[in-house]
Parts: sequence; structure tokens; C-alpha cells
Amino acid sequence: MDASLHERLNTVFVALRDLRFAKGRFALMGVVIVLITLLVGLLSGLTAGLGRQNVSAITDLPVDRIAFSDQHLSYSDSTVTQEQWRRWAATPGVSLAEPVAISTTKATAGSRSAAVSIFAVSPALVPEVGDGSVTMSVPAAEELGVRTGDTVTLAGRDLTVAAVRGDAWFSHTPVVWTSLGDRTTATVIALRTTGDVVDVPGTRTTTKDGSLDAIGSYRSENGSLQLMRGFLFVISALVIGAFFTVWTIQRSGDIAVLKALGASTATLLRDALGQALVLLTTGTLIGTALAAAVGLLVRGTVPFLLDPATVLVPAATTILLGAVGAALAVRRIVTVDPLTALGSAR
Amino acid sequence: MSLTLTDVTLTYPDGDSRLTALDHVTLDVPRGTTTAVIGPSGSGKSSLLAVAATLVAPDSGTVTIDGTPASGLSRGRLAELRRHRIGIVFQQPNLLPALTAAEQLQVMAHVTGRKPADARRKALELLDAVGLADHARRRPHQLSGGQRQRVNIARALMNDPTVLLVDEPTSALDHDRGAAVVGLITRLTHQQATATVLVTHDRSHLTAVDDVVTIRDGRLHEPDPVLEPNPRGGAEE
Repeated sequence: MDASLHERLNTVFVALRDLRFAKGRFALMGVVIVLITLLVGLLSGLTAGLGRQNVSAITDLPVDRIAFSDQHLSYSDSTVTQEQWRRWAATPGVSLAEPVAISTTKATAGSRSAAVSIFAVSPALVPEVGDGSVTMSVPAAEELGVRTGDTVTLAGRDLTVAAVRGDAWFSHTPVVWTSLGDRTTATVIALRTTGDVVDVPGTRTTTKDGSLDAIGSYRSENGSLQLMRGFLFVISALVIGAFFTVWTIQRSGDIAVLKALGASTATLLRDALGQALVLLTTGTLIGTALAAAVGLLVRGTVPFLLDPATVLVPAATTILLGAVGAALAVRRIVTVDPLTALGSAR
Repeated sequence: MSLTLTDVTLTYPDGDSRLTALDHVTLDVPRGTTTAVIGPSGSGKSSLLAVAATLVAPDSGTVTIDGTPASGLSRGRLAELRRHRIGIVFQQPNLLPALTAAEQLQVMAHVTGRKPADARRKALELLDAVGLADHARRRPHQLSGGQRQRVNIARALMNDPTVLLVDEPTSALDHDRGAAVVGLITRLTHQQATATVLVTHDRSHLTAVDDVVTIRDGRLHEPDPVLEPNPRGGAEE
């Protein structure tokens, strides 16, 4: 073992030996951390997966802002006019202003049908769209069982599938892109800007990410799931804090002895926090690995998103909040009186 | 002098008044000698030890450890003084249940930041000195009461203290084991040249020490004439 590692291990001298000695107690707490982390990891992946099924058609748009009608900051209620998107296109600082008309309908292909979201756009946003043809997202094509060149029926019109691409979803329905045609109104205007812009009268803009809250189902669903995730983080911090509170009280006699022998409070705090971090990190890594494994297994059947944000961020948050809980618990080391180590009281 | 208490007075709150635990106590203990402090329960023995160990600040008077006055030092500096200059042998062994006998001593190196390899070597030397070389890997529950007390003594010597404070080391031991422990303390006191204060209510082992003082109602008195200390200073086990 190299000297520096030995030095570092020496800073948690008692902590590591406590972990080894009280295996059962720490294993029990470790299992609790593993289960909480597993739950947080699964919930995070599911939240992100469900979120993606709500908004990916919007987040994948090659723009940075969305303009709504000024009365309705909502994808279901907003209506913008041709005059407005023309004015937006002429606005300084705007390099692209394209209308997007969103609606929901039933698509049919042969004997199969599915509810889809229609995104009527110009070729500037989706090049393959044209009169009499559509571009299918992969999930829409899979649900209808169609490929490029096949025919689908949308709202009574037969259209040819010009292309199948992208994992686009909107409000939990797969997306089909069609031509804007001769529409004079749309739902929103997708904007690519190069700086600050002044809203065209009758419209109100927001960032693309900010516009996601204008999808009603996303706001309510994501809010509920994030609340559950937040509660889990708080619960994990409280459970860890409670465990280390009891543990610190149980070993207050040992702490008094160490203090009487000259151990500084800082040394004892470092030792105790090191112990908490070893337990937290080990439990969190195992829980996160299990969550990732479960995610890999189920992501074909449930909307589960497995990426660094859904795996590493919850793990880091669990460790951070758990460490805060442990720190609040072990701070009672400060108040342990070394005098209690003397006499026969112990 | 390595441990000097000068005109030390210590009081505790007792209802509306204050109880005097130590009353103008003066005590000098040179290095390499053992001074036994005897007295009945409640006489002030533990208070004297607590003040000498810098765990309690006296109301008045001074405590000097190896030339360093303890009064006015911060908690951190007092802890530093304890870990470098003072060894404490507790009444109960107070060993940490998770640590082996060798680790009970090594933990002292942990609190002083000494190199682990040096600490391991020193711990084994001290365990050998107290006759426990073969028990280095045993945990407290695998040791007898006398063995635990010897680990307690070895631990107190781990950081080469100049002052060794021993609190009723024989209270949980039978006569023979008690005599062996006191003999060991006095022998190590000479070997390590510590200024040792041995607090006890057991008069049967006092022939092994260099000096004896009695304490009653917080006051030190001249040695009882019947308690003649060992003129050779220390006794063998």
C-alpha cells in the first residue's frame, strides 16, 4: 500500500475498524441506502423517460425560442397568424421564424391505428415534408407498422410516408410531421435568434426549455414525479441522519475516551464523517448500479431514460444530502465531555 | 518537576452554594517517580486527577505540565497538551470494542498524526513491555480483565508522556492482579521517566510507590505514618 493511501486511511482509523467490527449494523444501514438509491435511480430514469415522451418533439426542434399568442402561453390554446410569423421573420436578431401547427388525430395504416400528434411544418424545419407526403417518427411508424413509401391515412387523407426518423413524442403520442400547406394560422412560431429580440405585437416568446411548461400534461406529471424524487432525497438524508445520530450517541463513551486521550474534535469529526461517506458512497454506488441494470432491462417496455443525468446526478445528490444529514448528526461529537471518561461512570 | 499543582482550588455548583472539591492543593511530582493519592470516596481524588489531566479548569491556582502552565489555554491547546504530554490510565480500561490490542495503542498515533508504520512498531514494543506481545490481535472481549488493564496502561504510554495519571487501576481486579498492575505502573514509571500520579483507595499496594499523600475533604495531608513508601522506589511484579 503506498504511503499517501496509508496516510489517508489513517485519518479514518477508528471509522474503518468500526465498519469492519459492526458489520451487521452498517450492512443494515447500507441496504437502506442501496434501496433508497435504487428507488431514486428508477424514479429519475422513469421521470426523464416520461418527460421525453411528453416533450422530445419540442426539445429536438432546431430553434432556441418559441413564440405563443400573447393571450395563451399554452401549446393547446395558442394560435398565431401568418401576419405574425412574417413579422417575426423580418425582426432583427431572428434568423429563422417558422410556424408549427400542432394537433392530435388518429392515424390509420391498413388494419392498425394509433393516436398521433401532427406537427404541420415547413421544409425549413423538416425537409422531407411536402404535399401528399408525411415524415413519420420512429415510434409512430412502429405503432402503425409502416415504412418509407407506405401509405397512411390522417384525418381522412391518404398520405405517403416520405421518411421515418427521430424519436419524437409530444404529450405521450408519437409525432407525424406534415406540410403546413396553405394554412394561415398555426399553434406557435419556432424562432432561432442571434440576440435579444422584441416581441412582435400579439405574441409572447419564451425559451424552448421554458416553453415545456406550456404542455399541460408535462407540467403536472413532471411536477408530481419531481416532488416524489425530492421527498426521497429528503427521506434519505433524514434516515442517514437518524442512523448516525443513534450511532454517535451509542459511541459517545468512546468519543469521550478519545477526547480525554487528546484527540482533537476536528480529528473525531473527520473520522466520523469519513465513516458516513464510506457507507454512503458504497451504498449509493451499488444502488445506482442496480438502477442502471434495471433500466437497461426495462427500457424497451417502459419509458426509461438511461443517461449520465438520470444516473449520476441522483447518485451525487443522494451522497451530498446524506453527507449533510450525517454531518448534522455527528456534530454532537463537539459536545461530548471528555471528563465523562474518568471515574466509574462509564 | 514534571507535574506541579500550585494552590489549586476547585468548586462545583451544589444547589444554591458551591461544593469545594479541591481546597488549596499543592503537589509536585518529579519525573521517574510515582505518587499515590489515597482517600475515601468523595474526598477529591477524581477531581485532583481531572484537574491534573486538564479536563477541568480549577477556580484558582495553577497546573503546570512539564513546564507548560495549563491555565488560559484553549480547548484545542489543552487537547494538544494531553496527547503529547499526558497519559491517562482509566479506572475501567475503556478500550474501544472495534480495535485490537495493538490498534488501541495505534489510535494514539492516529490522533497525533504519527506515521502508521512507526506507530505499529511502537505499539508492539509496548505490548511486549506489559507482557501482551502474543495478544496484539485480540479485541477487548477476547482479553481478561487484567489484560485489558495492561492494554489501558500501554495505551497511556504510547505517546511518550511526561505525566502519567492513573485512576483506581485495581478497582476491578483481585489482589494479585491488582498488585501486578501497580508493580507494572511503577516499573514503567522508572523506565519511561514519567511523573506518575496513582489515585487509589486500595492501601494494600502502596509499598510499591515512591510517595504517598492522603486527601480528605479536598485537602492534601502528610502521608499516614503507617504507609511507608518503598524506599527503593517501585516494586517488581
